[in-house]
Amino acid sequence: MVDKKTKPKSFQEWLEVNIWGLLIVTALVLSVGGLVEIVPLFYMKNTMEYHTYPEIVWDKAGEEPIVTVDEAGQQQWNWKTGEGMRPYTALELAGRDIYQREGCYLCHSQMIRPFRDERERYGHYSLASESMFDHPFQWGSKRTGPDLARVGGKYSDEWQRQHLRAPRSLVPESVMPGYPWLDENYLSGKKMQRHMRGMRVVGVPYSDADIEGAPALVEGKTEMDALVTYLQVLGTMVALDESKTYRE
Amino acid sequence: MEASLERKYNFDVVRWFTIMAVVYLVVGASVGVYIAAELAWPALNLDSPYLSFGRLRPLHTNAVIFAFGGCTLMATAFYTVQRTCGARLWSDKMAWFTFWGWNLVIVLAVITLPLGLTQSKEYAELEWPVDILIAVVWLSFTINFVMTIANRKSSHIYVSNWFFLGMMIMIVYLHVVNSLAIPVGLFKSYSIFSGVQDAMIQWWWGHNAVGFYLTAGFLGIMYYFVPKQAGRPIYSYRLSVIHFWALMFGYVWLGAHHLQYTALPDWTGSLGAAVSIAMIIPSWGGAVNGMMTLSGAWDRLRTDYVLRFLIIALAFYAMSTFEGPVMSLKTVNALSHYTDWTIGHVHSGALGWVAGISIGAIYHLMTRLYHTEMFSVRLINFHFWTATIGTVIYIVAMWVSGIMQGLMWRAYDEYGTLAYTFVESVDAMHPYYAMRAVGGAIFLLGAIVMLFNILMTVRKSLSEGSLSKARALPAAA
Repeated sequence: MVDKKTKPKSFQEWLEVNIWGLLIVTALVLSVGGLVEIVPLFYMKNTMEYHTYPEIVWDKAGEEPIVTVDEAGQQQWNWKTGEGMRPYTALELAGRDIYQREGCYLCHSQMIRPFRDERERYGHYSLASESMFDHPFQWGSKRTGPDLARVGGKYSDEWQRQHLRAPRSLVPESVMPGYPWLDENYLSGKKMQRHMRGMRVVGVPYSDADIEGAPALVEGKTEMDALVTYLQVLGTMVALDESKTYRE
Repeated sequence: MEASLERKYNFDVVRWFTIMAVVYLVVGASVGVYIAAELAWPALNLDSPYLSFGRLRPLHTNAVIFAFGGCTLMATAFYTVQRTCGARLWSDKMAWFTFWGWNLVIVLAVITLPLGLTQSKEYAELEWPVDILIAVVWLSFTINFVMTIANRKSSHIYVSNWFFLGMMIMIVYLHVVNSLAIPVGLFKSYSIFSGVQDAMIQWWWGHNAVGFYLTAGFLGIMYYFVPKQAGRPIYSYRLSVIHFWALMFGYVWLGAHHLQYTALPDWTGSLGAAVSIAMIIPSWGGAVNGMMTLSGAWDRLRTDYVLRFLIIALAFYAMSTFEGPVMSLKTVNALSHYTDWTIGHVHSGALGWVAGISIGAIYHLMTRLYHTEMFSVRLINFHFWTATIGTVIYIVAMWVSGIMQGLMWRAYDEYGTLAYTFVESVDAMHPYYAMRAVGGAIFLLGAIVMLFNILMTVRKSLSEGSLSKARALPAAA
């Protein structure tokens, strides 16, 4: 057993003969950096731009359904493009699930940095508030392909479909894989309702009507429809004002 | 003397972890070479969901980090803690639970990741049921390790064990917090955090998976195996104390440097970069401590191939712990972020440092665990050169392509418009992607030779009966 005859000469040596002391002190030392860097992000107001610019977030989120489908199958939108951040519709969320599943985030970022070249290539720099409903975030860390934070509306739906099926038929130099199977798989309304309820648990403001209306939005749609719908909404929720400084 | 330890210690579990580590090295590197080839020749995706880059890349990272790295750490930690404490593992049953549990995690990863079941958080892709299993197995590993130290016969706890312990505690923090999620299906969940907070937590995890799992843990290996293989004590005790506490305190802060210029508040990124720069000092202190252990015995490098692996690993450690802080600087990061430079940096750490120190430790272990000489020392030498040359080709390709990519994206022509379209930068990457695949393939060749050499050594030990002879000896006092 531990030799108790000689007294430790220093705190360091005391730790070296006392496993429980070493365990506790190490555990404490290890917790400092994380606490200092992470905890303030949850309460410091300057983390999220919507504290200064409330118009970034759609004021009716959680109160009115984002979109409903009437008997004739027509979509009625309560939210208009540029009216601010809102939760994803059932169809967009299904698309985002596929974006996660296929590992798109490994080659495409969704985070535009405040540089001149990125602004000209991709658009206005990204705000923290623009990913407030992203559980988990999809900023990515690598651009094997271009940034997608503001890809919404840049290309037609038909271009996106063809590009996803066979990227090199449109962009010969591309190294992106093809995703032909997305055309073959259909979405499930029940599953999307479950996913939306989960999102609500983690704080995404879905109204009951949003969840009830999910099957009408997704039934009969393919995974391709969903992914293209998701891509087309990226970066279009907030109408950013060039004259404002959103971030220091 | 060596042989009679068979009864005193539990080496069976160490043997199994050691062999599996080498198997997973080959598997993980094979997937890596395949996805590297996909980026050079995209037709290799074969329009198949299960082979597409986005699904296989997590399989590659999980296989090399958790399967190869994990088995290496568990083999070496269980070996080191028994040897330095003079005590058998606290619980044999728990050790076997750790072995089977960890391998079950790996099998589940091999099944679920190609199916696209993922949390989509880098290096934490595995879905919630597997995450729970990881937590349980990791705790069994940690508890067994700590209790073995508590039962030790030696008076002081050896420095290797401090590093292993630090890694174990930190991984518990990181894994639990980063994996907090709401399940919405058997293999689907959503992180409870969103956007900027989720990003910070992810990179707190992401960088410390590197800082603790792949650095502190492997420093634990270094502090035991380098002095053992060199046959001399560690260069400086004082340096190891500084190295340990500075690493434990400092590394935790670095995650924020992955998010420079993003929507993460500026103060967090700057803080991350400042501490990153400061980390050069303890990191280099540790590298010097390892290398200077050879002081007065440098000639050993001429004849001892295992020692070569250990020392070249320390050289890569010193290089990538210098490169990392440089890349964390805002001005450098503006260029390097999102490019292949990051991938190159990771691999100089992963192939050069982590794999190098592991391979050295595994060759050292093989002779001790099987009580015989290696089947072929010449093949170790062959492995050394393939590993080193493969790694260098890989990282040079990624340095060039990464810096080129960054420069092309920000280049302007004389009219003040962007000089290149994005796809022109993709096109320019092709030769470097091919070169990287070749470098990776050379590294893989070495790994396959290692697996062969190791299996032949096991066979040799079995046919000589050296292991059973060692087992028959009475336990050492």
